Amino acid sequence: MIEGKKKSNRGWFLVLPVVVAVAFTAIIPLMTVANYSVQDIFSPNDRIFVGLEFFRSVMTDERILDAFQRNLIFSLQVLSIEIPLGIIIARMMPRSGWKASAALVVLAVPLIIPWNVIGTTWKIFARGDIGLGGYIANLFFDYNYTNDPTDAWATVLLMDVWHWTPLVALLVYSGLRSIPQAYYQAASIDGASGWSIFRFVELPKLKRVLMIALLLRFMDSFMIYTEPFVVTGGGPGESTTMLSILLSTIAIGQFDIGTAGAFSLIYFLIIQILSFIFFTVLTLDTRQGATKKVKRRKA
Amino acid sequence: MAEIRLENVAHSYDGGETFALKETSMVWEDGNAYALLGPSGCGKTTLLNIISGLIIPSHGKIYVDGVDITEKDTEDRNIAQVFQFPVLYDTMTVRKNLEFPLKNRNVPREKIASKVEEIAEMLGLTEMLDKRPGKLRSDLQQIVSLGRGLVRDNVSAILFDEPLTVIDQNFKWTLRSRLKKLHLQTEATIVYVTHDQTEALTFADQVLVMKDGEIIQSGTSEELYLSPKHEFVGFFIGSPGMNFLDVEILSGEVTVAGQAIGSVAENLQDGKFKLGVRPEFVEVDQAGYEMTVTRVENRGVYQLAHLEMAGMPIIAKVDSSTVLKAGEQASFSFSQDRSFIFQDQKFVSNFVPKSKVSK
Repeated sequence: MIEGKKKSNRGWFLVLPVVVAVAFTAIIPLMTVANYSVQDIFSPNDRIFVGLEFFRSVMTDERILDAFQRNLIFSLQVLSIEIPLGIIIARMMPRSGWKASAALVVLAVPLIIPWNVIGTTWKIFARGDIGLGGYIANLFFDYNYTNDPTDAWATVLLMDVWHWTPLVALLVYSGLRSIPQAYYQAASIDGASGWSIFRFVELPKLKRVLMIALLLRFMDSFMIYTEPFVVTGGGPGESTTMLSILLSTIAIGQFDIGTAGAFSLIYFLIIQILSFIFFTVLTLDTRQGATKKVKRRKA
Repeated sequence: MAEIRLENVAHSYDGGETFALKETSMVWEDGNAYALLGPSGCGKTTLLNIISGLIIPSHGKIYVDGVDITEKDTEDRNIAQVFQFPVLYDTMTVRKNLEFPLKNRNVPREKIASKVEEIAEMLGLTEMLDKRPGKLRSDLQQIVSLGRGLVRDNVSAILFDEPLTVIDQNFKWTLRSRLKKLHLQTEATIVYVTHDQTEALTFADQVLVMKDGEIIQSGTSEELYLSPKHEFVGFFIGSPGMNFLDVEILSGEVTVAGQAIGSVAENLQDGKFKLGVRPEFVEVDQAGYEMTVTRVENRGVYQLAHLEMAGMPIIAKVDSSTVLKAGEQASFSFSQDRSFIFQDQKFVSNFVPKSKVSK
């Protein structure tokens, strides 16, 4: 008993590499940001502690609030296009054979291209003079993403849809493939229509993958930076200036470290909170003890 | 309720190279319970899916009460099917699940309500109608998915595809007896697929033993047990399965490794055959054949004696009072009318043991 109670702290050495790695990649940078956010730095030797002053100014900054609103609208649009579109694509994909493999490869292409390459590709593609996309669009209406805020917005949105809908489609496809054939057979015996099969068989079984897709796409689109930065640089005006673009302008462009630090922390917090809310709401009835009504029997 | 007739039905998944179901003709009579028994991959599920319309057979025709339904869609066939695991719409309550097939067929609302009540009453689900099926016990879930098939009017047949596979051991018995009771109540034609002989033998009026896409024997459990027409039936049904000995027949006399042990009832050409006898019919008999006891397993009410005759293993099921010791010699015989000669796995003649003839 006595020997058993004797504690050895040597086990902690095994955790040390991870602690060091996480410290250097996450904790120390985050703390540095936190440190910056509470002081006004003029030069390395000249700094004043300002408390929450920067947080206050960030929360009331018109530009930041506008960008926040813009980003929120962008994320909502991304989700409301990519999720249904991904489901439609996944349902149309062949279920087996070489066609299924071919479809998967084609679908995965946008996902393996680096972000800034995508930005550059689209920047050229959407140009009215030399880009195919821009040229075709100009046949139908006046299109110029460098001048017109609506065109710029639509271009960035379309680019994101092109880039990330495949991810949703792949997730949904894997979800669909895991539904046992018997469910479809039973539905056909029951005389269910195509819509009923989707609504009552597929959708309930896709709930988990859709939740993952929704979370991933929300977080990613809310943090979008490279693509609009490369294509529009946040313009024209500030029409495509998302939070991250504004943040980097403040931090690197204006070298306003204190404001940027406070901004970063708030940004970080917003994503954390929104993701947490998403997750909680979506898993409400599947988690044990989440609601009083739920009582799951052990299988 | 209906009579189902299969005419030369066969199915190939690969365009005719191999047949999952070889040409089969048979009649399933109205109101009977049939079991399709066989190992996995023997074509029993294929046969079931052909009847329910999930598979259109590559050859042959299916008739229900004389009407050709071969090309009909599943939903127009009036057939209920229960799968290996409960197939339910998780987001609907039990009531909604039961209503679903009727709603899809645009049945009037009052009719749906009364029909659902009726079926729930029959299946004992009335108290659970407003629960989600996911919260029920697995055997009840299976009952709900059966109920979804039964709510329709005039269901011609109920098909079960190994319905007890995922049911907790404790509830297998209750579910099976409920299904049996249900069969008596509905008088539906029932086809029950299983690889478990106990399930098949206790549930069905007629058992069809399948192997490699063929029905090799059909009959009551007694027929299959007492007079197997195929080596596989002897081996697959019964526990332990039938013993088989390599024998030679020379002008009607059966010999094992040169030792004459009896004769055959029918005239057979000389050659090599198999002699099959169930462990239950290997009997202790002083006037029998000498065998070596290699091992004795006491199973309580009976013993399994592992014997050896001319180097071939034989198992005998004997009374627990019989005294047998491993390593000793003992004398056994095969009972008449219960030992058979097989050729190319098929039954060809009864075996007449020597002891009963000469002594």
